[in-house]
Amino acid sequence: MAKLRLTHGLAFGAILTAVFILIAFVSFFWTPYSVEALNIAQRLLPASAGHILGTDHFGRDIASMLMVGARISLAVAIGAVVIGMGVGVPAGLLAAARRGHFVDDFVMRGNDLIFAFPALLTAVLIAAVFGPSVSGAVLAIGIFNIPVFARVTRASALAVWTQDFILAARVAGKGAVRISIEHVLPNIAGVLIVQGTIQFSLGILAEAGLSYVGLGAQAPMPSWGRMLADSQTMIAFAPHLAFLPGFAIIMTVLGLNLLGDGLRDWLDPRLRRGRS
Amino acid sequence: MTALLHIENLSLKIGETPILSDVGLALHRGEIYGLAGESGSGKSLTALCVMGLLPAGAVRYGAASLAGQNLFALSEDALCQVRGRRIGMIFQEPMTALNPLMTIGKQISETLRVHHALSGYDARTVVREKLDRVGLGNISPDAYPHELSGGQRQRVMIAQAIACGPDLLIADEPTTALDVMTQAGILALLEDLVTDGLAVLLITHDLAILANLARKISIMYAGEIIEQGPPETLFRRARHPYTRKLLAAATAGGVQPARPARHTVQPLLKVDDVRVCYPRKTTHLFRTPPAFFALEDISFSIHHGESVGLVGESGCGKSTLARALLGLMDLQSGQIYFAGQDSKDHPSRAQIVFQDPASSFNPRHKVARLIAEPFYQESLSQSEREGRIDEVLVDVGLSREDRDKYIHEFSGGQRQRLAIARALVTKPRLIILDEATSALDVSIRAQILRLLDRLREAYGLSYLMISHDLAVVRSMTDRLLVMRRGKIIEHGETAGVLADPQHAYTKALIDAMPHIPLDWLAQSVDAPQTGETPR
Amino acid sequence: MLAYILRRAGVLAASLVAASVIIFVMIEIVPGDPASYMLGIGAAPDTLAALRAELGLDQPKVLRYLQWFAGMLTGDFGISYTYQVPVRDLVMDRLWISLPLAVLALVLSVVLAIPAGMIAAVRQGKTADWTVMGVTQLGLAIPNFWFAMILVVIFSLKLGWFSAGGFPGWEQGLGAGFKALVLPAIALALPGASILARVMRSALLETLGQDYIRTARAKGLSRSQTLWRHALRNGFIPALTIIGLQFSFLIAGAIIIENVFFLPGLGRLIFHGITQRDLIVVESVVMLLVFAVICVTFLVDVAYGMIDPRIRRGHG
Repeated sequence: MAKLRLTHGLAFGAILTAVFILIAFVSFFWTPYSVEALNIAQRLLPASAGHILGTDHFGRDIASMLMVGARISLAVAIGAVVIGMGVGVPAGLLAAARRGHFVDDFVMRGNDLIFAFPALLTAVLIAAVFGPSVSGAVLAIGIFNIPVFARVTRASALAVWTQDFILAARVAGKGAVRISIEHVLPNIAGVLIVQGTIQFSLGILAEAGLSYVGLGAQAPMPSWGRMLADSQTMIAFAPHLAFLPGFAIIMTVLGLNLLGDGLRDWLDPRLRRGRS
Repeated sequence: MTALLHIENLSLKIGETPILSDVGLALHRGEIYGLAGESGSGKSLTALCVMGLLPAGAVRYGAASLAGQNLFALSEDALCQVRGRRIGMIFQEPMTALNPLMTIGKQISETLRVHHALSGYDARTVVREKLDRVGLGNISPDAYPHELSGGQRQRVMIAQAIACGPDLLIADEPTTALDVMTQAGILALLEDLVTDGLAVLLITHDLAILANLARKISIMYAGEIIEQGPPETLFRRARHPYTRKLLAAATAGGVQPARPARHTVQPLLKVDDVRVCYPRKTTHLFRTPPAFFALEDISFSIHHGESVGLVGESGCGKSTLARALLGLMDLQSGQIYFAGQDSKDHPSRAQIVFQDPASSFNPRHKVARLIAEPFYQESLSQSEREGRIDEVLVDVGLSREDRDKYIHEFSGGQRQRLAIARALVTKPRLIILDEATSALDVSIRAQILRLLDRLREAYGLSYLMISHDLAVVRSMTDRLLVMRRGKIIEHGETAGVLADPQHAYTKALIDAMPHIPLDWLAQSVDAPQTGETPR
Repeated sequence: MLAYILRRAGVLAASLVAASVIIFVMIEIVPGDPASYMLGIGAAPDTLAALRAELGLDQPKVLRYLQWFAGMLTGDFGISYTYQVPVRDLVMDRLWISLPLAVLALVLSVVLAIPAGMIAAVRQGKTADWTVMGVTQLGLAIPNFWFAMILVVIFSLKLGWFSAGGFPGWEQGLGAGFKALVLPAIALALPGASILARVMRSALLETLGQDYIRTARAKGLSRSQTLWRHALRNGFIPALTIIGLQFSFLIAGAIIIENVFFLPGLGRLIFHGITQRDLIVVESVVMLLVFAVICVTFLVDVAYGMIDPRIRRGHG
């Protein structure tokens, strides 16, 4: 196995991602202030020793809110990737194993259909029926992820299925399911991890967007998207309220994208051939 | 007569690595000049030096002149005028060498338009003429590459390379990706083109195709030309040990013609009137193109210890037959018996070795697990399995220590040894060798063939050997089956079929298989063999 | 080609029907029914029943689906519960803001991204490449609604070049209308342009490594001739896929961006529908947007067929 070459992008991405996950975890045990404690007297304070990033219009500590917001972003994005992978990967493996069969057609047409529903429209439908909620956002983004993973899985799996070692496994009497798990999946795992990283970052952006328009986290739950929505009316006199959550989103997404790109370069067989 | 292309003292470095050193050759009008060598010997880069199409970071020294004009002194603009107009070039992969989005007519006329200001009408006439010249008179210039076969695409490549009537055509492994019959057609076309005064530099790894074609041959090894001369002289009096090795390999590594098989009452394998038809949509897994009946009325048998050859052009059903014998295809009708037992009730105990050692193994598993794959349906204890894996690794010339390595740690030849080990591990009686040595360099091929011959003796194996290499078939098989369009059209003792083919198609197929006349090789075959070291 | 278009059109029709079934079923899950929403909680049972009958809610679901679907085909989306006007009129008014916004953003992202991707590929490893890759990396990470807010701060509040939001209406003249859409379109185009530029770059690099590029060079074409005649068209195919996918993101993005700029488009209509539980409005607008996505997919498929003969003749 080729050594993971540590490029600047990859290292930077890994560090940003690690910091983001760490902050989200720490927020479960400790935040500088409670995010539920309103203190109107302390509202809209600039950054100071007491509140390192200042306070919002209800006097809540912004650093604390960002920390808890990271937790929401992380939960939504991971939940959505789990839904997408959980359904999409088996569907893609199945379609590849039964290529040309009606099962393949069925899976692929289903994919196309889901693709016609942008995550936001699914979220709108879910919100219209069940009311807006975080779980609705997870479900909507997760559903959107399904065809993404199904397609990537199928395309990579098809390339593996043409290899002779699959035929060797069939000669040994192994069935399609066993071959898919034992031979196909390990060979496409890298591609799936890269795609997972990308969908993770898209999930964070989507969560922020949904919360911003009120289809995700509901008050008083702090979320980066909601913080941005709240800040909009005060943007002229308290621009830091808009800047800080935006900065948190950008750094997180940037970190994940750099991590994904770095992993992809590492896994790319064309780049790797020279090194192995 | 002065040479058309003259290369003198050509050296090449990419970065700090020397690639070529002191290469020199002279090529005249109206002749085919062979440049032979194994992959990585520098033969293609020699051609790219002449074309001025080197990768970034490459520095060349020496001189190359075309009809007296120094090519290395030309500017990029001037070189563009030479490429296509005075030197045409074709490549190995006809499937990818044409732009998929452009009609072949446009691609051929592009050569003309780049170099001459030809009107659309005139260009069209020339395109027609050139298509006719390369034997594609019945193909429309409006066809797209994907509508043509590999051989036809290579002819289109030739048509666009000769569109401007160049002096020199460089053909870099032009037939390597093609099947024997198609290869013979392309080589005949090249032979025909030189009658117009064109000179051809034919680059190949296959000495046999040069034997009857080239006027002169240069053999390259590690960036140097180690031997040069007309084919017959060169083959008869090869001096350099490497050339001798190559030539020995061309006779299948000096493997002695096989012993007559022990015919028993009950054959090991009996195939009785087998028919296979493809369902229309599942053709992707198989290399053969879709046909209604992939196999039709196939009957033959293989006896214990016998080695049977199977030849035919690609798409004739060879691979389908192999898959049917392995129990991977539903038979439309007919039976396959192993040692008298119907394969429907008793799954096949045959194993297979594939052509491409690169794709034969799952890169994520270690050797021990890869080799153990065929144990899946066998009831063996763990220790028996482990013992068997060690044993078989040693048998194929590898060692126990290789158990914990991954496949990328092995060379092509070693991988093929591992493939043989995997096929042997369950002690099968029959192994199907599906072009098992075609992807290997000739010197490695000889080692693998000798290994196969030894194992056949040691394990009492029978082989079904699918091959397009006449030398391999001649020395490794007792009997020969010839397939065409899903049917066996001829079978008999190998020597008999090769010497006196009954079917016209068999004759054509044998003629198409390139070979070096045996009497040229007397000296080389007797030459001492290098040891059977894997690597 | 015609056979190919007809085949794709068949897929288009099938997708539309399937999508409409999904949306209809989703809306049908809602507890309670429109009649009770319209009349409020204290409505008398017989009034409710009368309204149900009037709205056709007492009929079998399959029949109601068919009526709804047939209605949409003839442009009759039904009556909004809250606005008490035909949904078609509500949608038509707002479509003339959302559609130009999406198209403007799409055009903007293509016009910016394709040349940027080309330059990066041709100058691989050079400053231009690094610049494009860096800017697009950032573009991918910035949430477009946040970018929109920043644009408002800079160009509306600080510089005063544009109004901070709202829409004057097309009656005020094309210029005024477009001016109101410029900042939203820029914000909306940012992520799409970033992806597109990167895809264009890698597709072009991939194409430049193909065997037929070497063939073209061997024929005597110069580097730039090879690029323009052979690489671009082949490299454009993956970019086309992205442009098609982009549209679905643009629609989602437009709904959010309209909120930032207080544009009275389809996005505002949808959110009003959700908060007021005006399900028929939500249902209709979602269907309309899904319809748009499916149509764009169809157009992209047709464009594929025009570019790539392998797909056109059914070998793809």
